[in-house]
Amino acid sequence: MSEKKYPLKKVLLICAKGTLEDVLATLVMANGAVMEGIETKVFFTFFGLDAITKKRMNKLHTETVGNPAMRMPGGLPFPTILGMLPGVEAGVSAMMKKQIEALDIPGVEEFLMMIDAGGGEIYACKLAMDMFKLTKDDLVDEVKGVLTVGEFYEMADGLQTQIIFT
Amino acid sequence: MAQKEIAGKMIDLDENGYFTDPDQWSKEVALAYAAEHGDTLTDKHLEVIEYIREKVKSGQTLTIRSIGKSGIVDIKGFYKLFPGAPLKKATKYAGVSKPASCV
Repeated sequence: MSEKKYPLKKVLLICAKGTLEDVLATLVMANGAVMEGIETKVFFTFFGLDAITKKRMNKLHTETVGNPAMRMPGGLPFPTILGMLPGVEAGVSAMMKKQIEALDIPGVEEFLMMIDAGGGEIYACKLAMDMFKLTKDDLVDEVKGVLTVGEFYEMADGLQTQIIFT
Repeated sequence: MAQKEIAGKMIDLDENGYFTDPDQWSKEVALAYAAEHGDTLTDKHLEVIEYIREKVKSGQTLTIRSIGKSGIVDIKGFYKLFPGAPLKKATKYAGVSKPASCV
């Protein structure tokens, strides 16, 4: 007898960080779920709000300080002190963006459009918006609403639903 | 691997229902195979399917993004044509293997 399977029907993703790689991780997971026909909702909070803030979304950077997994081109360890020099973070981020584009991975703005086009839903966290003094007008059009934590949890109703904090 | 008769032809399919030999594909087979899954293919569907076949034949990675840039259909339209999991559905009807892409 084969075991009965319960495929995922709904995912709720939370993005709380604003570095390029953290945001992209969330977006890849979200878009991937949409592509599979899974109901998808993405919730941006704290610094993750940068990813849906019009003024900042295309200027996200890679973390060059305190990132032990960082490597120089060629594979040597990347000294943290280098990451502190002016312009290094921008340079590293530009390089990262180039590599990402080469793999046909879209930028943040285009990714959000793709998720929205596929029926995925994008939300912002009310508390973090108040904290950063942002209004709905500061956010991209794809944002469907500003939610409290409680409203977010309410969306996780139904069976075969998962909440993923990236 | 299993064989299945579609539109009067024997087609080799993998365990997920994807063609293992793209050369066994024809328009008639695609129409019949889609109908089996409850989908009716229009000329627009077939245009997208042809694009997918070309792209796969030339060895390029297939992504939703590339289909959105194909000029045939935008991403929203692609989801409308093949509701649910568009890339999986479209590749299945296009007679190519399951897409190995995360975007």
